[in-house]
Amino acid sequence: MQHAKNLKEYRAELREALGDEFLRQAMDKFARFYPGARARAFAGMDVDGLIHEIAEAKDKAAARMDELYEAFKAKAEAAGVVVHLARTAREANEIIAAIAKENEVKRIVKSKSMTAEEIHLNHHLEAEGYEVTETDLGEWIIQLRGEGPTHMVMPAIHLSRYQVADLFSEVTHQKQEVDIEKLVKVARRELRPRYIEAEMGISGANMAVVETGAIGIVTNEGNARLVTTLPRVHVALMGLDKLTPTLAEGLRVLRVLPRNATGQAISSYVTWINGRNECASSPDGKKIMHIVFLDNGRSALARDPLFSQVLRCVRCGACANVCPVYRLVGGHRYGHIYIGAIGLILTYFFHGRDKAKNLVQNCINCGACKAVCAAGIDLPMLIKEIHARILDEEGHSAPSTLLAAVLKNRKLFHTLLRSAKLAQKPLASGGYIRHLPMLLAKDQGFRTLPAIAAKPFRDLWPRIRPETKSPRYRVGLFSGCVQDFVYPEQCVAAVNVVAGKGAALDFPLDQSCCGLPVVMMGEIEAAREVARQNIRALDPGKYDYILTLCASCASHLKHGYLKLLGDDPAWAVKVRQFADKVIDFSSFAHDVLKLGPEDFRKDGGSVTYHAPCHLCRGLGVKDAPRDLLRDAGLDYKPSEEEEVCCGFGGTFSMKFPELSAELLAKKLEHAEATGAQTLVTDCPGCVMQLRGGLEKKGSSMRVKHMAEILAQQIK
Amino acid sequence: MNESRNPVELFEEKAKAVSALVTRVASMREAVAYALDVCDTKQACQLLVSGCSEPLSEKGQALCETKQQKVIAAPGLPPELFAELEAGARERGVLCVEKGMREHLGGVDIGFTLVDFGIAETGTLVINSNSEELRLATMIAEFHVAVLSRSKIRETSRDLEAELAALTSVQPSYTAFVTGASRTADIERVLALGVHGPLELHILLLED
Repeated sequence: MQHAKNLKEYRAELREALGDEFLRQAMDKFARFYPGARARAFAGMDVDGLIHEIAEAKDKAAARMDELYEAFKAKAEAAGVVVHLARTAREANEIIAAIAKENEVKRIVKSKSMTAEEIHLNHHLEAEGYEVTETDLGEWIIQLRGEGPTHMVMPAIHLSRYQVADLFSEVTHQKQEVDIEKLVKVARRELRPRYIEAEMGISGANMAVVETGAIGIVTNEGNARLVTTLPRVHVALMGLDKLTPTLAEGLRVLRVLPRNATGQAISSYVTWINGRNECASSPDGKKIMHIVFLDNGRSALARDPLFSQVLRCVRCGACANVCPVYRLVGGHRYGHIYIGAIGLILTYFFHGRDKAKNLVQNCINCGACKAVCAAGIDLPMLIKEIHARILDEEGHSAPSTLLAAVLKNRKLFHTLLRSAKLAQKPLASGGYIRHLPMLLAKDQGFRTLPAIAAKPFRDLWPRIRPETKSPRYRVGLFSGCVQDFVYPEQCVAAVNVVAGKGAALDFPLDQSCCGLPVVMMGEIEAAREVARQNIRALDPGKYDYILTLCASCASHLKHGYLKLLGDDPAWAVKVRQFADKVIDFSSFAHDVLKLGPEDFRKDGGSVTYHAPCHLCRGLGVKDAPRDLLRDAGLDYKPSEEEEVCCGFGGTFSMKFPELSAELLAKKLEHAEATGAQTLVTDCPGCVMQLRGGLEKKGSSMRVKHMAEILAQQIK
Repeated sequence: MNESRNPVELFEEKAKAVSALVTRVASMREAVAYALDVCDTKQACQLLVSGCSEPLSEKGQALCETKQQKVIAAPGLPPELFAELEAGARERGVLCVEKGMREHLGGVDIGFTLVDFGIAETGTLVINSNSEELRLATMIAEFHVAVLSRSKIRETSRDLEAELAALTSVQPSYTAFVTGASRTADIERVLALGVHGPLELHILLLED
């Protein structure tokens, strides 16, 4: 739940979560377990194909939501079910309370429903005097504690067995042992009478199949089967997004949902209910059955060209499972009702700007969620888009507007960078800023920050520009600001690697920042302007490749620019040509120049690797850098969680230094555990973060950009 | 799936992977004998059902006390098969019922039912549960013993699409996919079986 009024309060809540030792361990354990379990569950299956089919089918269903609703309603009503459509949360609550009243219900049992959480159904029913009991073990535990869920499918993952034992001791008025097996049995026996007494059962549903008229419910515990069988009334509550045209589509979702959620091939129970089934406790021997569909903004989402994709979500929770930020702070700080990446988005649409405004800033943009989404939702992009919209609604902050203005004006921006070099002079020593004024570096003590280089790459270029006779490729080099002004030596190294191998390099001086920082700040207009400037500077017609050594720049140039300018008729073709030619350094060296063992010296020492988020997921480049390391005569020692974010995230690390520091610490721990001498990566942002962290802790491990280590090894 | 496998073997492997106990039987008579054997020798049948030995609230305890004898619930069997099971149960002093499940909500020891289809790639049982008696027997029982004809096993849910569409289109209908025992990992992600439904699922693969 979100209570923080501003970013400052939100950060205080995050710090508190970071201090919760049990939470940290529990989340960490799960984060390490999940990727392998998911991979095993999908072994031998065409996961990407399935995800693509689900995305397509869900998009089609969303586009004909009204029609599907009418068709399902007709089908279900033919079987005696009463079907309701609630436009708002309030309406849904009132409809369900009215059903309870008309059937003289006193006690209600519920099986797990995120939709019921969304509308705060329990609060409403309890206020109307009904006794409501959650029967999913995790939901019951958090209900007894008066909390919301911290995970979509594991609502009580933040609690320890000790806390549960204390809670159950209170509930039973008996001292309970701290033994999970026994506690589960206590719940079994304590909940059994609740099912028997209840006059009404409320369930969620994972799908409503239009062609059959049946609803499908996915559970592991089997509580939904008791909830939908014993009481005389059954109310199923679900969002309009759960309407599924055919059983085949429903079964396809079922192939992915449990595998993606928990790594199970299927959940223990899947229950299909169609119409008024036998029910001995009902006056006429048949279940009184109601289905309540909730709109609550869904039909508006369905009509939106950008955001309709959020309706694809099957609520598997995988976006939280892989989120490095969620892993640190847990669900209560990473969502309101819905949690994880999709939760950040849904919070804005279902619970409002106030609840969402801090949350959406807490995305490090590592893309792990997008890579794992069961329905291929572009979660990081949508989060950034919402951040931008909130800024437009509430007003842009002064630093954000200033950064936008500066970035739009390349000359001003570069002049400022050059004068920053002068200003830092008394502060820099050995290339690191040791004593940044507090104003500039609040809570940045977890890493040293680099100094602005004596000479930017653009000033070195005229002197080092190589002559390539009869070149095979014409290559435009895009440096990005960090390599231009902070790490020019990385670009120089790249020039040394590439020069003799048949590529004619060009470095147009009108290029500027790629614009990703302003996208992250929500300054979309400035991002568009910067993109136009760079496409003008590096005219794709002139080059075979547009090469960049920065994974974040590369990913933004290749995918981000298309999103920013792809719909602008004046730019659509150029931006597509531009994007097609963008390539990262490792892919260029490995796939295009085809550098192999014969090009490198042997015995270059031991290295480990950090895979930049925007390279391994943003561009899908996984093998090229690792092959290069092996080919370049280096002893490559893979590290644990090599593809997990290092915590840099550009402006993220300035805004949430505590989180950045934790992610960095974990990353360095894994890297150092390999015993390698050098840590190699493909992005200057990651270099800045990793080198700063190692320097700060006085480690002997060195950090090098891929271009630097290849330049060292090349013959 | 990459390779096509013998669906019965695949089913066996996948069901075992989710903690189901799978046994091949040659006849219905053998299946009945298995259920009685589980009741007898494996001591599944006991007065005190799981959880009732824990310190419970008054209400929880009161429900435990409604179970006064050992019970096998076997709704939906052909009459001659039920008669056979019932005779065997009687010899052992066990009550065998085919209806009136709501009288036994405190708990029954064994639910013995037939299964409509099996899905090999997940080890899943598909059970037409339109009958409330059958539905309750498979949920309230401590152990569920389920008999599945080997010829009813298909490799994937896609291979069973027409049959599933037929089952779930009936109005009214209640169709259950059951894969392993009732499970939870809600406390510290530690797997615990038997949270609401059966603690053990025994699958008998019947030759036919």
